[in-house]
Amino acid sequence: MDLQTLWFVAVAVLWTGFLLLEGFDFGVAALLPVLGRKPADRHLMLRTIGPLWDGNEVWLVTAVGATFAAFPGWYATWLPAMYLPFVLVLVGLIVRAVAFEWRHSSHDERWDATWTRVITTGSLIASAGLGAALGATTLGLPIGADGVRVGGAFSGWSWPALLGAVAVLAWSTVHGAVFLSLKTDGELRHRARAFALRLVPVAALPVLAWAALVWLRSGTVVTAVTLLVAAGAVVVTWARLAAGREGQAFTAWAMVLLASMATVFGSAFPVVLPSTIDPAFDVLVSTASVSDYTLTVMTWVAAFGLPVVLGYQAWTYWVFRQRLVAEPVHEEPADEEEVPA
Amino acid sequence: MDVLEIARWQFGITTVYHFLMVPLTIGLGLLVAVMHTMWVRTGKAEWLRMTRFWGRIYLINFVLGVATGLVQEFQFGLAWSSYSRFVGDVFGSVLALEALLAFFLESTFLGLWIFGWGRIPKKLHLASLWAAVVGSVISAYFIIAANSWMQHPVGVVLDTSSGEPRARQVDFLAVLTNNTALAAFSHAIVASLMVAGGLLVGIGLWHLRKRALAGRSTEEVDHQVWRRSVRVGGYVSLAAFALVALTGDWQGKLMYQQQPLKMSSAEALCETEAPASFSIFAFNKLGSNECDDVHSFTVPYILSFLAHSDFSSPVPGVNDLQEQYAEAYGATYPDDPSFGDKAGEPIDYTPVLAVTYWGFRLMIGMGAVSAGVAAYALWATRRGRVPTSTVGVYGSLLAVGAPFVGNAAGWIFTEMGRQPFVVYPNPDVPRADQVYFFTAQAVSPGISAAEVWTSLISLGVLYGVLAVIEFGLIVRFARAGVTEGDTTPTPGIGGGSSHRDGDEPPRADDDASDDVLQFAY
Repeated sequence: MDLQTLWFVAVAVLWTGFLLLEGFDFGVAALLPVLGRKPADRHLMLRTIGPLWDGNEVWLVTAVGATFAAFPGWYATWLPAMYLPFVLVLVGLIVRAVAFEWRHSSHDERWDATWTRVITTGSLIASAGLGAALGATTLGLPIGADGVRVGGAFSGWSWPALLGAVAVLAWSTVHGAVFLSLKTDGELRHRARAFALRLVPVAALPVLAWAALVWLRSGTVVTAVTLLVAAGAVVVTWARLAAGREGQAFTAWAMVLLASMATVFGSAFPVVLPSTIDPAFDVLVSTASVSDYTLTVMTWVAAFGLPVVLGYQAWTYWVFRQRLVAEPVHEEPADEEEVPA
Repeated sequence: MDVLEIARWQFGITTVYHFLMVPLTIGLGLLVAVMHTMWVRTGKAEWLRMTRFWGRIYLINFVLGVATGLVQEFQFGLAWSSYSRFVGDVFGSVLALEALLAFFLESTFLGLWIFGWGRIPKKLHLASLWAAVVGSVISAYFIIAANSWMQHPVGVVLDTSSGEPRARQVDFLAVLTNNTALAAFSHAIVASLMVAGGLLVGIGLWHLRKRALAGRSTEEVDHQVWRRSVRVGGYVSLAAFALVALTGDWQGKLMYQQQPLKMSSAEALCETEAPASFSIFAFNKLGSNECDDVHSFTVPYILSFLAHSDFSSPVPGVNDLQEQYAEAYGATYPDDPSFGDKAGEPIDYTPVLAVTYWGFRLMIGMGAVSAGVAAYALWATRRGRVPTSTVGVYGSLLAVGAPFVGNAAGWIFTEMGRQPFVVYPNPDVPRADQVYFFTAQAVSPGISAAEVWTSLISLGVLYGVLAVIEFGLIVRFARAGVTEGDTTPTPGIGGGSSHRDGDEPPRADDDASDDVLQFAY
């Protein structure tokens, strides 16, 4: 594998890893008004993602950074072409981040409720916006000969963007519900599982459709297999949830995303941004990439840095691995009953 | 306004705003880590309370810094895509490595610190804060290395093989060890400590005075908390100011070699002088940007010393430099569509004089104000004294803002001072091989003014609202002080209560619940 291909894989892995990890905190945030009926429930839901969301978000920063670093031609075509959706993403991420920290700054219930709504809204906007951007960069944008968007500010707001947005929203919502059933105990655990069970078949459709469309355009035998794996994983998720095995269901639902993204990026390669105007204007791995020298440097640094990062991030997941149970809001969380996972 | 101007305003506003949070995160993070270390080592109650109180302010501020930092990484692509294509081979990799090597460290371990109280062993908990703080510092290094590369591009060659000129990286270590970056990084880190020191002094004095006026005993732990905050903050500020001056001098001398126009504009030095005088105060028509209209009070010899460490060397003036640059890089922008409205227009190589001149003075002046306040605070609290002077205490509280203003002014000076270039030509490289880029050609082609207006207005309004809330939160916590719930150490796994041998029994209302709730979730 040459370095450009290696870095295409790395960027695809980073974007997928971001969706996989931030997906459950997006999902939990989206479900706050649905599953969090009482303040105690919402409090519990937020505690499941509290220590983890910021670390998850770094995956986005790294994914964008690696896209820029390895493929500036992709970064510099994609971002301005989807200017307004990306701005919405930023607004969503900003308000959600401050809401996570600031909602504890007062015991006032209205203050808390307001920031909780901000977390939900910001997460919905950010996940839909990033889904739209990813849908557009894999299914096509109106890119002209000079790598510049044609047709004005809204020409990128097309059905591929809509499909990507719906796919990421729907997949994350179920991911969040399965995560809650895995991380909590008591009534919330059961409601989250029942909710996920109902939604799995529907929520899988958009992400499978996205993968199938990219496959139809430029799929290979290998990506046909990954597409089938993704579809099969949906069935497994449903069966494992029905059997009450949340851990296995979580793994299977994660596999739906992993296999779908493998199909999407694997089929799209070596195109990183197809032009809907003329295939001659497609942005390719080879034309978007930086020099071999820079790729070599980054490969060495990543080879040493990435295992360390993965190690300590996995370790924090381990530290916060317990199931959490609800407690009345103003009581001792430090002494919560911790049920081993 | 055209896209270029709106995009510049957007970049300026979002970046200066982001940099209000950053120095507080870096400086206060370091100090809180020291406080936490002192608590783990000594078990004294005041160190724990200081850790909790200042740690909370650190966190309120941290999250806004992270949130606004996200914008930076996207906007190079969103609004400055021509720049991103030109510099992608070197600039992007520095940003990506920052995310991989620093940002992960910072975010992951800060989460562990926030939620780790009582959950993980005490020393591991302390180590996680240090890991987060080290992450912030490494992060600052990479970002400043990226910025310094724009100020003084090294480790690259000009590559025209693809038809369009690009910067191509040939020496990654040269980029990371750029002398511009080393100077700017050390300057920024010590300036961050001034921000944190000023905050400790201002808030600490206010609480000391309030307690004294209310007749509270100086035997209580809380008195120690505030007194120690003031002493630590004062010493840190003074030491940092000395280092700010040293590193600033280093930067200034580099700037005279690398970007002489920026430094001469900072002095409004129109004609080459030997020996050159340092300007104290300028009057008359600085705003006209015609250097010859400016008159100022000057001190002879000093500028030669600042530039070259002697009292006689010539320092080039703005007018001579403008001519030299026009000769080397053209009197007008190329008549090419990539320059937008500026194509074919004359190039003004002189930065906005009013901004460089006053930005430079504001930066130095605000640093001096802060150092003066620190000296006052140390004097006023000597040998156990408690100052109750309204002017002194409220003046110190007001002066908390001074290093923030100084930091912002310094960045505005250095960024506007390199205009009209976004990548400044490196004078050590032969003219034909130089890698440089005009700001006028850096903006994204194909985006509309309406789009950039939309983002500028939505981010601007959002930032304004968040600033008000952040300020309000910090003020509220600062006023409430340490007594609201920080009086008992949270029981820790590693034998929590041995440190309760402080000087005060736990009180009824301070069970750890409120504490943890407020501190984390």
